[in-house]
Amino acid sequence: MSEPRPRIGVVTFPGSLDDRDALRAVALMGAEPVSVWHAHRSLGDADAVILPGGFSYGDYLRTGAIARFAPAMESVAAFAAAGGPVLGICNGFQILCEAGLLPGALVRNKGLAFVCRWLTIRVENGEAGGHESSGNLTIGRRGELLSVPIKHGEGRFVASPDTLERLEGDGRVAFRYASPGGEVSEDFNPNGSTASIAGVWNEAGNVLGLMPHPEHAVDPDLGPTGGQPILQWLLSAARARVPA
Amino acid sequence: MAPVGGAGSGAGLTGATDETQPRTPAPPAEPLHRTLGLTDTEYAAIESGLGRAPEPTELAMYSVMWSEHCSYKSSKAHLRTLPTEGPRVLVGPGQDAGVVDVGDGVACVFKMESHSHPSAIEPYQGAATGVGGIVRDVLSMGARPAALLDPLRFGSLDGERNRYLFGGVVAGIGSYGNCIGVPTVGGEVKFADCHSANPTVNVMCLGFAAADALLQSRAGGPGSILLLIGAATGRDGIGGVSVLASQTLEEDAHESRPSVQIGDPFLEKLLIEACLELKDLGLLEGLKDLGGAGLTCAVSEAASGVRLGADLDLDRVALREQGMEPFEILISESQERMLAIVRPEDVGAAQEVCAKWGLTGAPVAAFVDGGTLTVRRGGEVVASLPARSLADEGPEYDRPAERPQWLDALSADDPARAPAPSSLEDAFISVLGSPNVAGTRWAFEQYDQLVQGQTLVGPGADAAVVRIEGTLRAVAVSADGNGRYGFLDPYAGAVHAVAEAARNVAAVGATPAAITNCLNFGNPERPEVMWQFREAVRGMGDACRAFGTPVTGGNVSFYNESAGSAIYPTPVIGMVGILEDYRLLVRSGFPAEGLAIYALGDTRPELGGSEYAEVVLGKVCGRPPAVDLEAESKLHRLLAASSRANVLASAHDCSDGGIAVALAESAINGGVGFDVVPAGGAAAHLWLFSESASRAVVAPALGSERALEELAAAHGVPCERVGTTGGGRLRFGDLFEVSLNDAIVVYESTIPRLMSAKRAAV
Repeated sequence: MSEPRPRIGVVTFPGSLDDRDALRAVALMGAEPVSVWHAHRSLGDADAVILPGGFSYGDYLRTGAIARFAPAMESVAAFAAAGGPVLGICNGFQILCEAGLLPGALVRNKGLAFVCRWLTIRVENGEAGGHESSGNLTIGRRGELLSVPIKHGEGRFVASPDTLERLEGDGRVAFRYASPGGEVSEDFNPNGSTASIAGVWNEAGNVLGLMPHPEHAVDPDLGPTGGQPILQWLLSAARARVPA
Repeated sequence: MAPVGGAGSGAGLTGATDETQPRTPAPPAEPLHRTLGLTDTEYAAIESGLGRAPEPTELAMYSVMWSEHCSYKSSKAHLRTLPTEGPRVLVGPGQDAGVVDVGDGVACVFKMESHSHPSAIEPYQGAATGVGGIVRDVLSMGARPAALLDPLRFGSLDGERNRYLFGGVVAGIGSYGNCIGVPTVGGEVKFADCHSANPTVNVMCLGFAAADALLQSRAGGPGSILLLIGAATGRDGIGGVSVLASQTLEEDAHESRPSVQIGDPFLEKLLIEACLELKDLGLLEGLKDLGGAGLTCAVSEAASGVRLGADLDLDRVALREQGMEPFEILISESQERMLAIVRPEDVGAAQEVCAKWGLTGAPVAAFVDGGTLTVRRGGEVVASLPARSLADEGPEYDRPAERPQWLDALSADDPARAPAPSSLEDAFISVLGSPNVAGTRWAFEQYDQLVQGQTLVGPGADAAVVRIEGTLRAVAVSADGNGRYGFLDPYAGAVHAVAEAARNVAAVGATPAAITNCLNFGNPERPEVMWQFREAVRGMGDACRAFGTPVTGGNVSFYNESAGSAIYPTPVIGMVGILEDYRLLVRSGFPAEGLAIYALGDTRPELGGSEYAEVVLGKVCGRPPAVDLEAESKLHRLLAASSRANVLASAHDCSDGGIAVALAESAINGGVGFDVVPAGGAAAHLWLFSESASRAVVAPALGSERALEELAAAHGVPCERVGTTGGGRLRFGDLFEVSLNDAIVVYESTIPRLMSAKRAAV
């Protein structure tokens, strides 16, 4: 018996760049890709939503600052509030922070330059809340290493001390940048993110944002496949919402 | 006709000083056409063609269209000698970009261009708008831009201004390419003192389209509407082609900064999507990009291409600023604009698509019978000219060419006769750590290499490899030039550039298919520069004929000199090759220990113009290595056949720095050392650093050694086992050895170290 094929919506804003890549990646993972247009409120009956990478509206004002006002974002906020799984990648992560769906903010890289590089991230909490469940609804066990690329100029995660304390205490740091051996240190922090944070969960555990690009790490012909467990989580969370 | 006044920016057409923005006034006796860069003879030709004196606005239009940059007046007689046809060529020179058939119904559209002059003045915007321009060339053929390559040349990084230019250009390329979602997959970075005042900034773009759905820039009929899509037109880039690109840059060049365009990559991204959607919906008859010479060029070429005229109404052009003169609107090079040729009944639907992407689509012109381009402003005719005379009847010169005498002494000084270095290890480290050889990660990490999800091999390899979605096919692409070789022998330099580009493409397993080029030279009005150019074109043509890789287009960048000192004559070749099954692609790194290493091709004592001669001996002299075009072709065929037979674990072109560098790069890229036995005895440095052409370093897959030897014999390529992979050291027999880690540090740290020297001030 085949599992139901979840519908994954990918929102295209003006200036989205990795939208087609995200659609291709979820299709490769077995989902039905659904293109969502920023100016429409409809999410196309998606069971999960991806906000893809890119430079929405050129990011001339502040990354994600304009995209958050798109009509589709009202629907994404409502969808997330109702427990719908949402994944924000790079610019999508920035938009989720601007929209208040995730804590913190992403500012200019420590080195000021854009960085495109394959690197290693360490799974801190494969699901929000520090659980160690098994099965498909977790990205992986704590300490698991994933090889993924980053490509951004403004990916330095910052948050207030209170917020950071809650993120760490509640088990909502999803990933940290790490050495190939899994060591977390400033030497392997590509953008100066606080506590090497590469991705975070929302409180309810259904919204995940990260700067690395899992959609560019699913096809073995192109390189490592560290993006697969991350997209697999989204597919499983979506599948759980498909009526049997 | 309406009177034409002076302008706030750009050269005022009356030659008078504008009092609000003082400029250096033209000498009062200077006739307008000379101020605009036209010669007296050219002016006379315009007058006799029109049968009357041109109005100032008309003269401004001629000055940009008949500029060197737009008209190719010094080069076209030579360019006509190039081979342009072949079974795979779908579109050759003369359109916005060349096109080859890559199979499975897919066409590859590609073109290279220079943005050196703007980059010398304002590196960030100059380089950024170069990216924007080449992307629109590819787009205008109806293809989705899929990859960028950036061949760059600067003066020594010891100079603060060179660091500023290099940093600015790389940041500019990154800012633009990254924001439009086109990956930068390759290019090269070279340094030579002759580039200090004149950096060379070339950019190549390739894109893909269904072979049966290409757009033509020659399209439409009487009544067709020309929709100007994208940015509003401003005063940026006034006279970019005539002021910047067709003159040498002298000391007051920074005053030309208003002639540099300003880029808006977000708008370009919208333009790409809107144009591709217009095409997919069948709403386009044709598409033209607006680049050099702006609206004048796009409209006159579009009309002339279908032997029509056009009525152009400047009142319909959305303007960015007030008080723009007609000539400014006509020759502005404001970026991010395209001209769509649309049937009258489709205008509404086309404008809706533009609106969806937040763009205006203004019907600024219509094709008319009769061949006259009529320009109106406020209802009055401001120009009325035969479109053909602007686009196709520019002057053509057979400029005098003469081989410079100073070459004799340089040629006679053969660096292979110099004594062997006192330490081979020191020589090796110097060559490996030379900025021309060392890794360019510092630059390419600032570029998005991955977007669009098809990059199989990115920057830093012999050739970049981009997969074609929905097929097993991939395109391999390499951009190469060698300035020193061109300086010592421009014919040989061009042959080498084509040979190396083809070899790079072959090294990954692809079959070289066709080239584009950017020909970077000094002032063509000087006979020695013209001789260099003529020789380079001859060499490029001969090599392309030998390899069966026709020229599908290209770009000529002259006037790259200051104070009479020119850059190295540098033809940069952009080679496209086809890989029928990307799963068979061969990478350059040694992937495992215990593999045999073979040198393909003959190594001769050839150090003329080599990296070794420059870095170790401190001189650029001698004759470039000889190229036997037949031997070179055999090597390309062997490499492609070896890939198809799946016998290679790695392959790497052998060029700058010789076998020593080729081996080191394979070790660094694969993370595996080697042990080789250098030939040459007491003259081992000749074997290590010779840059003999037509060679590669390969490692056959375990058990495929015999298969490789047999294939090499069948193809008539010398094939000699030189060592074995393995271990953490680069071991050159008993001569010397270096740890892999040390080699990596030398290779990777050179450019970051130079760039982190005192932060460059503007």
